[in-house]
Amino acid sequence: MRVSPGEQVTVKLSVNGIVHDVAVESRWLLSDVLRHQLGLTGTHVGCENGACGCCTVIVSGQPARACLLFAIQLEGAEIETVESLAAPDGELHPLQESFRRHHGLQCGFCTPGQLMNAKPLYRQAPEMPDCELRSALSGMICRCTGYQGIVDAVRDAARIEDEREDAK
Amino acid sequence: MPAPKDAIVKPPPFTYHRPATRFEVDELLGEYGADAKLLAGGQSLVPMLNMRQMSPAHVIDLGGLVGEPSVPVWRGAESTLWFGPLVRHVAVEKSRAVLEGAPLLSKAMDMVAHPPVRSRGTFVGAIAHADPASELPAVLVLLGGQVRVRSHNGIRTLAGQELYAGPFELTIAADEWIDEVRLPPGRRSDRFAIEEFTRRDADFAVCGVAATVREVGDVLVTALAFFGVGATPRRFELSAMSSDDITGGQLDLAVRELVAARLEPHDDIHATAAFRRHLAERLAVRAVRRAATSERSTE
Repeated sequence: MRVSPGEQVTVKLSVNGIVHDVAVESRWLLSDVLRHQLGLTGTHVGCENGACGCCTVIVSGQPARACLLFAIQLEGAEIETVESLAAPDGELHPLQESFRRHHGLQCGFCTPGQLMNAKPLYRQAPEMPDCELRSALSGMICRCTGYQGIVDAVRDAARIEDEREDAK
Repeated sequence: MPAPKDAIVKPPPFTYHRPATRFEVDELLGEYGADAKLLAGGQSLVPMLNMRQMSPAHVIDLGGLVGEPSVPVWRGAESTLWFGPLVRHVAVEKSRAVLEGAPLLSKAMDMVAHPPVRSRGTFVGAIAHADPASELPAVLVLLGGQVRVRSHNGIRTLAGQELYAGPFELTIAADEWIDEVRLPPGRRSDRFAIEEFTRRDADFAVCGVAATVREVGDVLVTALAFFGVGATPRRFELSAMSSDDITGGQLDLAVRELVAARLEPHDDIHATAAFRRHLAERLAVRAVRRAATSERSTE
């Protein structure tokens, strides 16, 4: 496969369970394709060099920086963004609810990345030693909260989820 | 207000190639050589493209290579631990083969980047990127690992120590690439430690050191490889010591001599040369003591 500069090719991307055929140039980043081609502006773009973590999404089950991936690399990959968290009726995901309760956000700019980074691990978080949990969250920069609220929120999300299940 | 054009953090245009076999990679590099960059995990390459630190005319994506193992595997008569070009950091971190065959590497993986970067970055890519602050080239050199280098002209094997020409610079030609990294089986009695100082969790090391301690008769032979200090990783052996020498002052003295004679710490925004020298000494002493007094990891 060879794609010239400026040439567009169609890539099949599964985003939040919906398969899209998206026309992309080879140099287009996943973060930009999500925002501009698919209109999913929940994924935020901060530093665009992998340092801040705002654009973190889940690719094939694992968190990854959307600004460090070319969409063209991801033919057939399953991508989850922050838009997949809340229920269609607007009910917050337990992780989002926990961020709300524990003041895990102030301005909210980094929050989509924080949530997607935490999503694969929040079920294990209650048993993780503090240093391990903090290390798992450490790739994400937040300029508001001082992190304590984020750590508390990730640790408590599984309990909130279980509480909800029990109430049903 | 739209951002001025030169402030946009986007990669420059390039021709994208996705070969299906290593042979096709050889051919593409033979044709484009110095105008091409290989893309594996992209966790170092893409930031450099986004910041326009480089503008390769061609990007060759290894992600389409067919039949490449995603985990490190044992291979060959001597049970060499073998890493293909698409083995990601997360696979090395979780590998039982690495834990048993190269426990030092398992320890080092805890220090390599953050989970959302480890999920994509590759082991061979980090070896080839030659960042002097990275743990992995130092581990490769310390353990006596080898890299297999190939091009359309053929295949050759280099010792890790022969691979590095300078910061971010390899000794191999523009049409060559590394398709395998191999680590030799250690002795079961070998013991290891790795220590580093960073400003932030999982950030690049201001200074770090990996150490192996091997029993030879009644004495202990210690080898060290530093990172974050010096242009390329090198393996240094200390003269043989008893375990009392290691717990006592003899070790401090030997390390101080080594650092004074063989390392050339540099000044930068993160640390002065004097601070790096101090770190190199103290971290090396700590690593050797920790290794020498550790449980034998695989017994």
